[in-house]
Amino acid sequence: MTDTLWLSRRRFLKVMAGTAGALVVGIGSVRAEEPPMPLGLLGDAWSQVGPYLRIDADGRIFIGARDPDNGEGTATSLPRLIAEELDADWTRVVVVPLGLGVEDGNGEPRWLYGRQRSGQGDSIPTAWTDMRQAGALARSMLLQAAAQRLGVAAGQLRVENGSVIAPDGRRVTYGQLAEAASKLPVPDTAPRVKTPDRFHLIGQPVGDVDAHAVVTGKLIYAIDAADGDTMVAVLSRCPYPGGTLDTVDTGDTLKVKGVLQVIQLQPEAGQGLGMTALAPAVAVLAEDTWSALEGRKKLKLSWKPGATPIPTLSDLEKQAQVSFDGPDAQVTVVRDDGDAVGLLKKKGARRIDATYVQPWIAHAVAEPLSCLVRVDPDTSAVVTTASQAPRDAYTIVQRMTGLRASQIRIDVPRGGGAFGRRLLHDHLAEAMIIAMAEKPEPLRNRAIKVMWTRDEDLAHDAWRAPTIHRMSATIDQRKGITGWVQNMASPNRDLPAPARPWMSELVQDAMPAGLVSNFRSNWYALDTPVPRGEWRGTPHMSHAFASESFIDEIANALKANPLDVRLRLLGEPRQLPYRGPGGPTVDTGRLVNVLRQVADRIGWQRWLHSETGLGLACYYVNGGYVAHAIEVANKGNGQIDVIRAVCAVDVGQPVNPLGLEAQVMGGTFDALSTAMNLSITFRDGQVQQKNFRDYPIANAAQMPNDVEVIIVPSDAAPAGASVLAMPTAAPALANAVFRATAVRVRRLPLLREVARLS
Amino acid sequence: MQQPQVLQTPPTSEIKPEPIREGMELVVNGKRFRHTGDEALPLLWYLRDVLRLTGAKYGCDEGECGFCTVLVDGKAAQACRLTVGKLANRHVTTVEGLSNPDGSLHPLQQAWIDEDAVLCGYCQPGQLMAAADLLTRKPDPSDADIDRIGTLCRCGSYPRVRKAIKRAAKAMRDAG
Repeated sequence: MTDTLWLSRRRFLKVMAGTAGALVVGIGSVRAEEPPMPLGLLGDAWSQVGPYLRIDADGRIFIGARDPDNGEGTATSLPRLIAEELDADWTRVVVVPLGLGVEDGNGEPRWLYGRQRSGQGDSIPTAWTDMRQAGALARSMLLQAAAQRLGVAAGQLRVENGSVIAPDGRRVTYGQLAEAASKLPVPDTAPRVKTPDRFHLIGQPVGDVDAHAVVTGKLIYAIDAADGDTMVAVLSRCPYPGGTLDTVDTGDTLKVKGVLQVIQLQPEAGQGLGMTALAPAVAVLAEDTWSALEGRKKLKLSWKPGATPIPTLSDLEKQAQVSFDGPDAQVTVVRDDGDAVGLLKKKGARRIDATYVQPWIAHAVAEPLSCLVRVDPDTSAVVTTASQAPRDAYTIVQRMTGLRASQIRIDVPRGGGAFGRRLLHDHLAEAMIIAMAEKPEPLRNRAIKVMWTRDEDLAHDAWRAPTIHRMSATIDQRKGITGWVQNMASPNRDLPAPARPWMSELVQDAMPAGLVSNFRSNWYALDTPVPRGEWRGTPHMSHAFASESFIDEIANALKANPLDVRLRLLGEPRQLPYRGPGGPTVDTGRLVNVLRQVADRIGWQRWLHSETGLGLACYYVNGGYVAHAIEVANKGNGQIDVIRAVCAVDVGQPVNPLGLEAQVMGGTFDALSTAMNLSITFRDGQVQQKNFRDYPIANAAQMPNDVEVIIVPSDAAPAGASVLAMPTAAPALANAVFRATAVRVRRLPLLREVARLS
Repeated sequence: MQQPQVLQTPPTSEIKPEPIREGMELVVNGKRFRHTGDEALPLLWYLRDVLRLTGAKYGCDEGECGFCTVLVDGKAAQACRLTVGKLANRHVTTVEGLSNPDGSLHPLQQAWIDEDAVLCGYCQPGQLMAAADLLTRKPDPSDADIDRIGTLCRCGSYPRVRKAIKRAAKAMRDAG
């Protein structure tokens, strides 16, 4: 029974295949677009579907981690959901990362382990139902087996840490029951999952399952992987977005010892972003990384810019201004309540205006992109790469080779950060193009690893797009916000504009939508051939920086306490409709709660008189509620010291509070570091940033010593956390900086702007 | 049954001296290795591609990120900035060699696990080696000492790394 389950998996699992008496539970193909139906799909769990859960006769419990883990902690938290329902002894659990699960379904891929996608923090919400049910099903069948063995009704048995105990104290372990349980028929109805009061693992802190492998250097990331006599390819890519290769001289490169071949690459026509190479390139294929790097240095290449010039951010600002002011501009009305525009035009209306500009941001993943492939075009393709969307990796490999599902293997090791960059597979497409290229005989069928270098990583990305927000509000006699107009401009996805807007950016119901009765939100397309992508928390990062800064500006204009202005705006606890991830409703009471929590913790009553600067922001993202309070000191000369960072989150039931804290802490730093220092800029059509010296990710010294994370207890169904802390840290920082320096930052990166305006 | 042949020691006049070996030797994690290739090869690629010790990570190639930090004769160094030729008879320690010879964890590794100072984990070998260097110089490091390490973490594990260094320092002091 277990042979087919394990043969295509990792080596130590092959050893397990021979062990007798294992209980294996899987969840069959759950298409992302369908609601999960675990029980029906579990019908064939015993014969062939993937191994989410396997209990061996010796008591070890193997749990598969289906979603890619690039530092979000899902390899720990998802298996905990199964272990919880199973009442498993966590110390006996071995977590097994699952590669992409795919088989041939009449010429179409049939996905064995569901969506296997990591992004927008929805791994946990998706797993909350089906993974717990898999555990509950296994538990109920083990209980049935125990009832038969002990001669006691199942209802009289209790389970404790992987053992079933009879009323008279007799005890039998899961391992002893596994074989008998595996032969029982599957029950007709889904066993009930636990109520929160019975959780023993969910809600309890636990360390990362990969920690030991990480600290001993044994964890093999994709960039560390090799497959026998692996060749290494390092690429020189066209520095101009939309540009082409003009001249190439590879003579000196081919003289470098260890260089094997030089191959030219073109992005394949008609493929979407991330489904082929990002840019034309010249690849140096060598015996090892250093030879490839030395060979690349010796390339003599010249590149031609594309037909469309690359606008700078200030060019885009001018475009936005024309769109905002022009009557004929192509506007997309995102939301329109009441008559906000009419109120603005009303004579004598008190209005407040501000424009916020946010730059391009690179992903700069810690582990540079890499992809290891071994391709025999007639028989097999084996791929190792970090990915947030391994199905897309499969699609590329299948398209380029024409191989069947059973001939393609996609291994997805733990990734060194992702942040949206690994939703794209341009590096995989590069590796495949190189693998499929004509080669002299001795090089054919050798494994190839494409390695990205840091300069190429910063220069070739689908960046977080720049945004320009022009905000206007009207205020009544009683200091209430009566109208809110936000005009936002950002690059269009499909070029040239205005074919199709980047819909994910238009958060229709983001606050203060629904809180201000006259509310208008407009979107305008900007023209640039620069590719844009998802970046941790897009579009909420840009939106929250504008709206939460603007609320503070309104409070300041009213000489009011920014906390009071927010609380008044949020009003009585109620449910508001919310379209998009995290909908269909948002609870203003939960938002008020996280806001009050951070205000209390930081000592908000000092806000007006403290020598330091205090700032607040709150937001709703992907089903989670978040607020930040930041305290800064003005060091003079444009220097800002972030003294304290407090973040309160309400994600519903925390699955692993320790992992949640890590995401909130890390997200806070990522958002602060990005807001303070980072931007990608274009000059003469090229990215100017080359390495960490000019794209300075903050180090420990530049960050507060701690992030005080407050986790609101809740037993609501959990939301994801990887994006949660991103939107509010930057506006809370800017609001704090205003209090400390009287400088209002409306343009990021912040430190440069503080220095300019001080 | 056939008796095994007894090897006759040849007369000293017939023993030829070994030819002088090419290349140079260095010690990595207590083992001696001979390198006969290009001496300009950066230590990082020697470790990763030749010895297949992948604990030292590639991150920037310019000594900016600290992901490839190793110990050379006990002191922290960026493996991307050192060439193998400069390391004749020097002792290099990578994260794979940080554990004790019996396989038990170094107090820093244990502290990292205890503080769960792992997010994506990619920079952590570099953080660990830099911390190992720090604790040999400063058994009771201050926050400022820890700040001076400067190894980047894209995930923002800094508070936990800080706590882990202090935890390990205390454990090492307590153990004498």
